[in-house]
Amino acid sequence: MEVALSWYLTLSAVLFVIGVAGVLFRSNLIVILMSVELMLNAANVALVALSQSMGEVSGQVLVFFVMSVAAAEAAIGLAIVIAIFRNKLTVDINNINLFKW
Amino acid sequence: MLAEPLFIVLSTAAVIGALGMLISRNPVAGALWLILTLFCVAGLYLTLSAEFIAVVQVLVYAGAIMVLFLFVIMLLNLGSLPLMEKMDWKKGLAFALCLIVLTQLVFVVATGLEMLPAETGIAADAGSASTIAKSLFTRHMLEFEVIGVLLLVATVGAVMLAKRNFV
Repeated sequence: MEVALSWYLTLSAVLFVIGVAGVLFRSNLIVILMSVELMLNAANVALVALSQSMGEVSGQVLVFFVMSVAAAEAAIGLAIVIAIFRNKLTVDINNINLFKW
Repeated sequence: MLAEPLFIVLSTAAVIGALGMLISRNPVAGALWLILTLFCVAGLYLTLSAEFIAVVQVLVYAGAIMVLFLFVIMLLNLGSLPLMEKMDWKKGLAFALCLIVLTQLVFVVATGLEMLPAETGIAADAGSASTIAKSLFTRHMLEFEVIGVLLLVATVGAVMLAKRNFV
């Protein structure tokens, strides 16, 4: 492998932290869901890099499963966003605080 | 040879796309930035010679999931939301938390590398569809079936949740 494994792992860490920042800073529900997708992608980068570096194919099978779960999560999450928007007419999480006491 | 400059270009573009999603005001622009990131990650899979995963990444993420996101954004007809709100101490806390997570991850990467088994180098067909399919349909057969059930349940649940008179 020409590119060192640590570079891929560092890139994965950076992408993951940008996803964390998106979840923490933004108040748009759809942007938060997109940030979660970005975090799943960052984990996938680390899995594929480690799998190819060790010559073990199970990591890529795991990435396949993560992608399936991400697709299911996006479908359910966006359906929930549509249901919330129908009731509240907003996707700003500062206005959706049903559980706040 | 070629892999190193390719990695630098693709990873820079991926980080730029992720930052663009983070700071863009319009959700449509954010989704388009994220699509750039997803394509760059697919290119990174190619530099790791994981061809099957790269193709699936473009098909599933850039093709299906992001189209779903754009469809919902345009269906809800969202305007631009304000980027930064009040509550400065919460934003400061969030920024500190991000920095802590980044430091921790980089520290783990930097100190944990020697604990890994030695790199064996990439086999010629390590990322091809037939290699992955062989593992998927023998060793991971049960998980594969469970994923099928999960996708079915998710489809039914999404239809139920998005129905007009559900809640």
